[in-house]
Amino acid sequence: MGIGSMSYIIDRRQNAKKKSTVNRQRFLKRYKKHIKEAVEDAVNSRSITNIDQGGSVTIPRRDISEPIFHHGPGGKTKRVFPGNKEFIVGDEFQRPSGGGGGGGSGDGSASNQGEGMDDFTFQISQEEFLDFMFDGLELPYLVKKQLKNTTQFETRRAGFTNSGAPEKIHIVRSLRSAQARRVALSGKERREIRELEQEIETLNSRLPDTEAEQQILCLQEKIEALQARIKRIPWIDDFDIKYNNTIRVPVPSSKAVMFCVMDVSGSMTQSIKDIAKRFFVLLYLFLKRNYKQIEVVFVRHHTHAKEVDEQEFFYSRETGGTIVSSALKLTGEILEERYPAGDWNIYVAQASDGDNWDGDSNICGDLLQSKILPNVQYFSYVEITTGPHQNLWVEYEKVHSSWNDSFAMHQITDASEIYPVFRKLFEKKTEGAA
Amino acid sequence: MKKEPISTGAEWTFELIQRYDAEISRIADSYGLDTYPNQIEIITSEQMMDAYSSVGMPLNYNHWSFGKQFVETEQNYKRGRMGLAYEIVINSDPCISYLMEENTMTMQALVIAHACYGHNSFFKGNYLFRTWTDATAIIDYLLFAKNYIRKCEERHGAAEVEEILDSCHALMNYGVNRYQRPQPLTAAEERERQQAREEYIQRHVNELWNTIPQKEEDASHKEIHFPAEPEENILYFVEKNAPLLESWQREIIRIVRKVSQYFYPQKQTQVMNEGWACFWHYTLLHGLYDEGLVNDGFMMEFLHSHSSVVYQPPFDSPYFSGINPYTLGYNMMNDIRRICEHPTAEDRDWFPEIAGSDWNETLHDAMRNYKDESFILQFLSPALIRELKLFTIMDDAERPTLGVSSIHDELGYQQIREDLAAQYNLGNREPNIQVYNVNVRGDRALTLRHYVHSGQPLADDGEEVLRHLHRLWGFDVHLESVLPDGTVTSAIHCPVLQKDMIEQM
Repeated sequence: MGIGSMSYIIDRRQNAKKKSTVNRQRFLKRYKKHIKEAVEDAVNSRSITNIDQGGSVTIPRRDISEPIFHHGPGGKTKRVFPGNKEFIVGDEFQRPSGGGGGGGSGDGSASNQGEGMDDFTFQISQEEFLDFMFDGLELPYLVKKQLKNTTQFETRRAGFTNSGAPEKIHIVRSLRSAQARRVALSGKERREIRELEQEIETLNSRLPDTEAEQQILCLQEKIEALQARIKRIPWIDDFDIKYNNTIRVPVPSSKAVMFCVMDVSGSMTQSIKDIAKRFFVLLYLFLKRNYKQIEVVFVRHHTHAKEVDEQEFFYSRETGGTIVSSALKLTGEILEERYPAGDWNIYVAQASDGDNWDGDSNICGDLLQSKILPNVQYFSYVEITTGPHQNLWVEYEKVHSSWNDSFAMHQITDASEIYPVFRKLFEKKTEGAA
Repeated sequence: MKKEPISTGAEWTFELIQRYDAEISRIADSYGLDTYPNQIEIITSEQMMDAYSSVGMPLNYNHWSFGKQFVETEQNYKRGRMGLAYEIVINSDPCISYLMEENTMTMQALVIAHACYGHNSFFKGNYLFRTWTDATAIIDYLLFAKNYIRKCEERHGAAEVEEILDSCHALMNYGVNRYQRPQPLTAAEERERQQAREEYIQRHVNELWNTIPQKEEDASHKEIHFPAEPEENILYFVEKNAPLLESWQREIIRIVRKVSQYFYPQKQTQVMNEGWACFWHYTLLHGLYDEGLVNDGFMMEFLHSHSSVVYQPPFDSPYFSGINPYTLGYNMMNDIRRICEHPTAEDRDWFPEIAGSDWNETLHDAMRNYKDESFILQFLSPALIRELKLFTIMDDAERPTLGVSSIHDELGYQQIREDLAAQYNLGNREPNIQVYNVNVRGDRALTLRHYVHSGQPLADDGEEVLRHLHRLWGFDVHLESVLPDGTVTSAIHCPVLQKDMIEQM
């Protein structure tokens, strides 16, 4: 190219970033199964507090490699190397084990592509982690409830109007508009005053002169008359007054409240509590992710029920007997007091080892059917036990048969089941009662 | 007549890039470097990773494998296991080079010299690129391909398109004509003719398969081979002859093999191309220094970077991962200049035609008319073999040990030259597999032949590749490995069991 040729220099930094997003999504989709497994492992093995961080996913090379025709080990091959130190022709030595570099030697399945059989490991973001974790899950019937709940309104500002209640007067705007009006209405008078003042000025230069003096006095009178006229213009008028305008906007409600009810009685061992904790943590994360406004109420009970904060719910230690109905009673009371069913999507999740005082279980059934189930979207119960079902389970089965759509129950025997059960309880339901 | 340095700080600006480019261009011109016009694009590291993962192209069709590449690149980069390339340069007219915004001014100047004048002139001058690629059309063609594949995805579903692409990618290395010049890629023509082609191919395929099945008696003289000569371009053969493919599927096969063909020269000239670019960035930046346009600080930074690029770890170093093409190429280019300018008696003996000749002319001649294999065979000198202390290891699977077959001594020079050249012969590196026969009048089975080279068998995942070929071909596929004497040593089949079952029945 000649000297005159110019290179074009282009700043592309503002151009589309993330061109690879589509390809990355396709990659993740293709290996969905692997990623889900990794996510489930993480959910089961991680401690509660860092469960929702991103994670690393490992896929065996074998599953991810793109096959091509290439030479396998065997035959006669030569390879040139740099940096000879003391080798002379005819030197012999053992094949290096482990393969890879040795020009076709090595273990049978090693690939040509340099990486050997290392697994393919990569990070997924927190966002993606949670997407996979909650893939396909949905709190039941939320959509329907949302439609019903659009009765909620929110007040938003929407400019200014000329009418309204006195407490909505916008003072600055009102005064500004009054001033504008005054200026506009007095324009003619003020112009005349200016002209008269100019005349006085020229007359002043002729002083002392009696005729001029006369004229000045006359002009000054005229000016005073005009100023009086200006003063008669009202300082503020009705139509100067501006009011803040507000309108009511319907807001689709995604308000939900989640009741976590847990047995902390003596029969609940530490490992059972751990499992319960995990179950609730999953639920909590799920809710936080899916709803704009979420309230969570923690109710723990032994023989008495108590509303506690999150910290106390998971970590404080108390022991005692078990009266499950105490917790259901408290839940019902809180519902009635603070969460009218018309305004809230209500979900209750209960975890227990299923142990209960004899005679309390049928009270539980009654409470559930009369006070709770009519108001809630969904009630899920997990019984965490390795043994046979306890009396509460039997009672709840009766409830389940008549509240099929809004009542779900499941048994968890060990930690690895938490996630599958969680999924089962909250998987998307396409049909059912609202 | 020393001039003022163009700049002294690390910061770059667009004005400075323009000035450096103008000065480098002027010096390049004085050496007669002939380039396409340059289009220099400043991008972020993230965009660099994007470009990286779609085989360095500014635009490409979508496929999960590029996403995998991206994920891997990103991972390595974040862990600090890998620096990003300072530049990517595309064989197009105008020649597009990407510069990363994170680079210092010195690095930008280095990249401009390396890519915009080094690689660029190589693309324009080397015979393989001139023969096999059409720099003016590639960007348009990729745009056509991207849009075409997107439309296919809309019409036939992403999953179905992905299957075809997966299969094509598995056979991509066998989608090139190695000896026969292909049709040039022209995107405008491509679009116009695509419709006509669809109809034509379908008719051609129909004719081929319309042959009415012959009676038993004809089977005796069924020596007809189709294809008449073995076909090396497997994807081409499938595109033209697979019985059941729809025309959009044939077009996708065509796209993949066109892209493969476009990259074919790059695979064969890596040592030369990098060597040429390194030689020229070194020479051009020293030109700037000699005129006083850059200061000592600039040169220190540049030389630091240059020497790490052309560093060759010895075979026993933990950093060793094969022969560094930058080292080999750069040293050979330098060596040619040395042989021209200051030949020794040994050089005059080995290189009578070039010893003492005009170095720039000789170097340009080498750049234009060779590929890695022939370049090494022609120009690797005893002096350089000694300097790099090259030696050959012979690995014979039938012997329990490895043996040193040549070292950098009088007896070894010629052999090492040949051994190293052979290492860059694509024909040796990739198994030689060709379409051998189609059972046109019978079960339509496709038979490939692997012509075994020095006893090297196919790796295990050959069966998986065969499954991909089976998906494209639609009927049974066989692959026979054949020794030079014509005996078939082994064979794999897809589907694996079905054939055996039929034989037993």
